[in-house]
Amino acid sequence: MTNLIFRLQKSGQMPVVAAALCSVVLLLLGSLYSSNFLSADYLLLQLQIASFLGVVATGAMLVILLGGIDLSVPWVVTVGGVMSAAAAGWWGGAGANFAIPFGIACGALFGLVNGIGVAYLRVPSMIFTLGVNAVAQGLVVVRTGGFAPQDRATPAMHLIATGRSLLGIPNALLVWIVIGSATVFLLHRTMMGRAIYAVGNRERAAYLSGVDTRRVTLLCFVIAGACSAAVGVLLTGYSTKAYQAMGEAYLLPAITAVVLGGTNIMGGRGSYLGTVVGVVLITLLQSILSVIQIPDMVRQVIYGGIIIVMLLIYGRGRRMAE
Amino acid sequence: MNLEEFRFRFREHRGAYAAAAMFVVLFAVFIAKYQAGWSVPVITTAANKGVLLALVAMAQTLPVLTAGIDLSVGMVFVLANCLASHLVVGTPVQAALGVVVVLAVGTLCGLINGLIIVYGRLQPIITTMATGTIYFGLALALRPVPGGNVQEGLADMLTGAQLGGVPSSLLMLLAIVVLVWIPYRRSTIGRAALAIGSAEGAAYMSGVPINQTKVFAYALSGLLASLGGLFLTFITYSGEASMALGGSYTLSSIAAVVIGGTSLAGGAGSAIGSIFGSFVLRTIGDLLFVFDLEPLWQPLFQGVILLVAVSLGSLQLLKLRNRLDMFK
Amino acid sequence: MTPFFRMQGVSKRYSGVRALENAHLECGRGRIHAVLGENGAGKSTLIKVMSGVVIPDAGLIELDGKSIVLDGPASASRAGIVSVFQELSLMPDLSVADNIAITNPPKKFGLIDQRAQRRLAEQALAQVGCEDVHPLALVRDLPLSRRQMVEIAKAVARQPKIMILDEATSALTAADVQRVFTLLKRQRADGLAIVYISHRMSEIDELADDCSVYRNGRHVSTFTAGSKSPDEIVEMMIGREVSHAYPPKPASRGAADGSAQKVDDGRPPTLDIKHLSWSGCLHDIDLSVRAGEIVGLGGLDGQGQREFFLALFGVLRGVSGQIQIDGKTISVDSPKAAKQPNIGIALVPEDRKTDGLMLPMSVRDNLTFAALDHLSHAGVISFADEARATSEMVAQLKIKAPDVDEAVGTLSGGNQQKVVIAKWLLNAPRVILLNDPTRGIDVGTKQEIYLLLRKLADKGVAVLLYSTDYAELIGCCDRVAVFFDGRIVRWLQGDEMTEHALVASALNLGVPA
Repeated sequence: MTNLIFRLQKSGQMPVVAAALCSVVLLLLGSLYSSNFLSADYLLLQLQIASFLGVVATGAMLVILLGGIDLSVPWVVTVGGVMSAAAAGWWGGAGANFAIPFGIACGALFGLVNGIGVAYLRVPSMIFTLGVNAVAQGLVVVRTGGFAPQDRATPAMHLIATGRSLLGIPNALLVWIVIGSATVFLLHRTMMGRAIYAVGNRERAAYLSGVDTRRVTLLCFVIAGACSAAVGVLLTGYSTKAYQAMGEAYLLPAITAVVLGGTNIMGGRGSYLGTVVGVVLITLLQSILSVIQIPDMVRQVIYGGIIIVMLLIYGRGRRMAE
Repeated sequence: MNLEEFRFRFREHRGAYAAAAMFVVLFAVFIAKYQAGWSVPVITTAANKGVLLALVAMAQTLPVLTAGIDLSVGMVFVLANCLASHLVVGTPVQAALGVVVVLAVGTLCGLINGLIIVYGRLQPIITTMATGTIYFGLALALRPVPGGNVQEGLADMLTGAQLGGVPSSLLMLLAIVVLVWIPYRRSTIGRAALAIGSAEGAAYMSGVPINQTKVFAYALSGLLASLGGLFLTFITYSGEASMALGGSYTLSSIAAVVIGGTSLAGGAGSAIGSIFGSFVLRTIGDLLFVFDLEPLWQPLFQGVILLVAVSLGSLQLLKLRNRLDMFK
Repeated sequence: MTPFFRMQGVSKRYSGVRALENAHLECGRGRIHAVLGENGAGKSTLIKVMSGVVIPDAGLIELDGKSIVLDGPASASRAGIVSVFQELSLMPDLSVADNIAITNPPKKFGLIDQRAQRRLAEQALAQVGCEDVHPLALVRDLPLSRRQMVEIAKAVARQPKIMILDEATSALTAADVQRVFTLLKRQRADGLAIVYISHRMSEIDELADDCSVYRNGRHVSTFTAGSKSPDEIVEMMIGREVSHAYPPKPASRGAADGSAQKVDDGRPPTLDIKHLSWSGCLHDIDLSVRAGEIVGLGGLDGQGQREFFLALFGVLRGVSGQIQIDGKTISVDSPKAAKQPNIGIALVPEDRKTDGLMLPMSVRDNLTFAALDHLSHAGVISFADEARATSEMVAQLKIKAPDVDEAVGTLSGGNQQKVVIAKWLLNAPRVILLNDPTRGIDVGTKQEIYLLLRKLADKGVAVLLYSTDYAELIGCCDRVAVFFDGRIVRWLQGDEMTEHALVASALNLGVPA
């Protein structure tokens, strides 16, 4: 048994397994409260909800792998939602055709600004993305006149966010699967993916090996911006309207999911599978905690406490393997 | 101190000096535009707002100097506010005891952060993210809905103005700088914090006590954050468990620290710079108001100015001759 | 008489690798004890045990007859054992005075007494002859040699009972080396016990009273300095007969002025540099390398050799002058541009751990990293091509890596360096620049690298080698360009290349032609 644990730790897959186990435990505990928790319906619903967080976490993971962090998620998500809904109304409704790509493109633009600041101006990502977040907020305020956004989502957006097309699988989940697969391919099979890990490990050495590390960084931030905006589009589709601070609830959980999935917050190490499991775990945790009749405060404390405990377990594992 | 010494001291603290200069300029422009601004009530309100952020920014400075970060400062701030709205009431003696308890709780929160980071060997960013949620939960337990009270005499005194119109909050801030920051900075453990942020490996080899220094830095940070929360209670006369407020103060404290010239990479900087950074941030908001900028455009402008302010350091890149220096 | 300091039966294992096996060391007061052995012999680990940085699995440590336990650098410091390592223990953002008194500053009312601390620093700096260093200067603003002197001053200020110096003179200018010698001799006369590690035999000759040799983690022999010949010592260090360490060179070529003459086939030199200058650091450098040549860069540390390589590799901005590859003028503005097939320059950097490798990534990932273009189609990596290229290189360079999926950080220093070189060879470079490639590597691997360089040269690659080891320069290179103050002051070739000539040119003293 200890041999198995040791081998798991050495391969770096320990967090993934631990997170997966935790998810199962959570489900089982939840089933004690209500047998609904183990039903296919419930699980599919959870996966649908998880998809939103999953797409944000994808972008977050890429930036974290580089050794950075993207704090512009809250308002870039909002930008995606607001701008896609806005575009739907342009040109007498003809804009609806490209509402979704337009929203995502706006997010990519913010990601580009992030990338320029971090990669070319060499400003620490934490503070630069914080500034970009404030700018994004400013732009949304100007656009919406300070009121709640009035534009409505297009039917397409609504369909993707809420519908189930293929075999009863939620469309949102399909979106996550597509984006996730592309990310796995990027990270493990392409030069760019290799470069991302290298930059996260040691940018100097990557640069001296002839890689354009600044462009790699820029690209990751662009993708992250696009992912955030994409979730904004999805959320708007889900509730048919955008709303202020849409992304607020996604920033910290996304980062937590990425870290619980085994990605090193300092960069250079991590697998997308881990992020997937981390997202599922966080979603389950939040769902189950919200259903159980406990006071809000207990919810908060348990949420924070579980994360600390899990991190301590991983940390111990890593130390034993060293 | 002769000229030569001054040259070195200046080099060491140039970030803080720059932030101070920025503040003076901005404030001068503010007063120039808004003549009526040079009055006790306006200055006092502005000072109170500034000091509120300054306290949290000072709290953030300590972990940053060790090359860490504390994403829970805003939540400790909120927790202290909620706790104070319960305890800092009644007779002066009761209120004083309440103050002690609030500060102790804040220090304890910081201590817990430090212990988990050091002995649990976890990264500060993710640890404090998680502990922040816990501290917020506790705040929520204390104030599920906003309410409470605070000892009026104490509150009035600290949020008002003293002899000649000097805001009490500024005097309080000065006292904290003199009694807390400066002794810390000049002590072995305070300097050790900078050593660790500058080069932790080298500090270890030199025999610097890494664990104690880090734990102490986080604990002291908790104390300062709770001082901020206490002061918030004096201003608002109530306690409110607002996640948005806590989050906003955490992020603003990071901005204030950076504008104040402290490097997020650790090893260099000062809480005094962070104080000026906070004042700069607050004055920008007031400036936009005073220049009759459409309220709608103010958040955007603030965001852009913040972005520009933190990118100013990048001008140095123009002088760069060896591209390898860009990468650490 | 029991020696002042004694370590016995010291053993240390690092996940399967035996760094130290039942080793012992003794040193007495007022004596300088030299510790010799090639890299990997265990000297560094032994010294780290002595300074409390590494905790041994077994062993007894005695100071002045009393048994002591060293469980960290702080406890060694308290026991009066102070070390000066190769990796500096200075904090760049703090002042010189802060660094010197970092752990036990003079205090007033519980706070640091700045004035007293400054005086302490001035005294310590005076002891190492560096009065010109201002105590309030930030360490990051000092040049490397001065920083090393501050490191030594810091050690001296602690008034140690035992001082350990581990390759402490490697970054020093000649003048500073003399200052250190003076200091050590004075401290020895005052009764300090000194342990000295260096690979420069001339330093050992000058300073040592006793010598101990270690090999493969074991103690081999301890003897009085001067009682064994250099050959005997090297034999003890590598455990076998001293053989010719350098591969044979082809007949000498080139003219006395350093230019590469056009050989019969009328081809231009592979690399031809004219009037290269940069930013007050490099001045008007002319250099050319023919295919098949190994050209060395000599001179003291810090005369612009590193910057010259960086300039060629596209890392520096504002480089003026003309660079021609195979007769065509090129311009490089990044390593990415430099490694392109039409230019083909490769750089093996000085510090493999921070500049050459991504230590946590696998051997294979590191090895293929610079050549991924050739192993991919449209950005997608071909795993088959990658695996093939990796195993070819591992075989060709005889890299000892049991599993190419393991982190490259688990390999020994010599094998790590081979991975760095392999990484560039996969790119089939025309010009390869090597920045002190054999520093910190065991003798066996060094020889393999020398052979490899000669083979590369024979295949037509232009090889430029910068080394701080004179014997290596003389043994490997066809010609040597000696740098001084950013200029090439002398070319040496053939029989002219002697250690004496190298040293004299390095100091910019005239050398008879």
